[in-house]
Amino acid sequence: MLTDEEILSRITNVVRDQLDDDELTLTPTTEANSVDGWDSLAHVRIMIAVEEEFGVRFQTSEITSLKNVGGLVALVRSKL
Amino acid sequence: MFVPWHMPWLPNAPEDFRARLKAVPSLAEGHGAALAQLALHRLNSTQARAFAKTMRGLTAGDISLAPLAPFRLAVLSSATFDTIEDALAAAGARHGVALDLAVAEYDQIIQTAFNPGAEVFAIRPDAVFVHFDHRWLALDRFSADPAGTVDAALDHIAMVLRALAEAPGAQIIVSNIATPPGGLFGSIDCAVAGTQRAQIAAFNRGLRDLALEMGALIADVAGLAEQVGTATWFDPVMWNLYKLPIAPDCAPLFADMVARMVGALRGKARKCLVLDCDNTLWGGVIGDDGIENILIGAGNPEGESFLTVQQLALDLKERGIILAVCSKNFDETARQPFREHADMLLRESDIAVFQANWTDKPSNLEAIAATLEIGLDALVFLDDNSAERAQVRAALPMVAVPELPADPAYYPLYLTSAGYFEALAYSIEDGARVDSYIANAQRAEVKQQSRDLGDYLRALDMTLTAQPFDAQGRARISQLINKSNQFNLTTRRYSEAGVRAVEAEADTLTLQVRLKDKFSDFGMIGVVIARPHADDPDALDVDTWLMSCRVLGRRVEEAMLEAVVERAREAGKSRLYARYLPTAKNGMVRTLFDTLGLELTSEEADGERRYRLDLTGYTAPDLPFSREQTAL
Repeated sequence: MLTDEEILSRITNVVRDQLDDDELTLTPTTEANSVDGWDSLAHVRIMIAVEEEFGVRFQTSEITSLKNVGGLVALVRSKL
Repeated sequence: MFVPWHMPWLPNAPEDFRARLKAVPSLAEGHGAALAQLALHRLNSTQARAFAKTMRGLTAGDISLAPLAPFRLAVLSSATFDTIEDALAAAGARHGVALDLAVAEYDQIIQTAFNPGAEVFAIRPDAVFVHFDHRWLALDRFSADPAGTVDAALDHIAMVLRALAEAPGAQIIVSNIATPPGGLFGSIDCAVAGTQRAQIAAFNRGLRDLALEMGALIADVAGLAEQVGTATWFDPVMWNLYKLPIAPDCAPLFADMVARMVGALRGKARKCLVLDCDNTLWGGVIGDDGIENILIGAGNPEGESFLTVQQLALDLKERGIILAVCSKNFDETARQPFREHADMLLRESDIAVFQANWTDKPSNLEAIAATLEIGLDALVFLDDNSAERAQVRAALPMVAVPELPADPAYYPLYLTSAGYFEALAYSIEDGARVDSYIANAQRAEVKQQSRDLGDYLRALDMTLTAQPFDAQGRARISQLINKSNQFNLTTRRYSEAGVRAVEAEADTLTLQVRLKDKFSDFGMIGVVIARPHADDPDALDVDTWLMSCRVLGRRVEEAMLEAVVERAREAGKSRLYARYLPTAKNGMVRTLFDTLGLELTSEEADGERRYRLDLTGYTAPDLPFSREQTAL
């Protein structure tokens, strides 16, 4: 079973790849609109890449109600 | 199960894909070839995106991507095209082109088509791809006036295509429409004109006529979605959230379809299918099993599988694809089924170039291309053997080599789904052209020097295990002893009981040899029996030495000698005697012991060759195996 830290670390790697920013740091309270480049187009790719990374599928409402990275970590955890 | 969107004909991306991609820009030359090589793999969305970015960087820096042909493609889509766009660069490189992409804003087809100054046209596109689906044309679940609805949809598209045709020079590619899953009535959906299924079918027929009239090409999205399964193709969650037209999983396959057409426009479609023989065109090994025992033809499920492979090859030939054979066999042996087996569909006359010999396959593929006077990048090579595939990919990355599953029943699906032979038009004369190739092709001369295979063999991560006979191995040992004909030095047969008796003999050296690599576990592939020599107490005399032809060309025979020498030394021996006893089938090992460094002591009138090896003078060569040591 993955810990929240491990999930966060893998999500961080996915976002780094997608935004092409190897220095990027994410915390549970990070919000997409506070990250350079994480706009609506990047968001599509990031969500798809996160689904791919963990082999999970999110429901529509789960995606629309996401508030921050911590919420994404919790959502991934609930699917594993 | 065959899952088209997974693109199982592509090998998995290497572990170090990212590092290899990052290294491409710093190469001194050969950027295009390096990218093409990386694009041969199945990539996830992140890898595909990184690939696209690297390629854009090189293009922006004016670095040549030859041998990839530059191609500028403008895309007008009714939906979010991003996931497909990301996959297009690698798909293009896979099909021989370096794509320069310009994608119009989401759902701006009309506005863009009627604006010659639009940004996407600034690249002076070689082709414009117009993509939309049923949602854009309101081909909904039911229409009370289906003829009117379909006509309106066709008028809409005609208007777009005519506007685009005003700007000359660009080839128009237009998607047709896939029918979404679900229905309205049930079975009569197929019969009622107003259903979505019927509307879309009518639209696609109309679009075909329109495209013909305008010289536009149709990207058969409907056909592709049908193969994938429309319930997998369409993803309502992704549509509602992001207006993605298809499931993200299917984006690489969609991109591949577009890339195949673009590649074909640049003349990159493949022209020739090269076929391996044993376990590709028939089941079994012709040299070992003999013509009466290979599996081909009706009445046997495996035989029928191979029949479908042959039928596909014939169908491809009929539409103008050249057929060639590349097999590790004696020429006469490989040709025999084509000449004599009643159930073979393929005959010698269907094959333009027939290369059967014991030289490595890359050299033979080069000979085939040279004989046909076509490029290596026009070849597709079908071979059941993963090691041969890996060798060809490593030596000749421009040859297309599909991965194949264990079950030959799927071979035709893998081959047809990979899109190697994309045609933009067809005329009945295409088939006749193949006959001229067959008439012109002479038997190819193979360069005698084989390539240095060391790198490829090491990359296979082979593990060799040599251990004495035991109860677990007995059945397979006996099977090998009784079945192996070609790579068998003495062809002495032992029943299972006989093997058990040998096992119990004191002072007899026995070896069962197993091999695995990173692709597959070959199981037991070699057997040696050596007894104390009758006259020389310090020597062993080889009674049986055989190997499965499946592992030829991997230096297994050398490793077997090394294992025999080790065991013989441990038993306090200082010499080894061996012999080759000729049969009708074992000509390939006539000089094996010479090659392995044994001294030929005599040759008899009946062809028997006797050998001796001084164990003190033997040094093991550097071999590409890790050895699993086992107890004596």
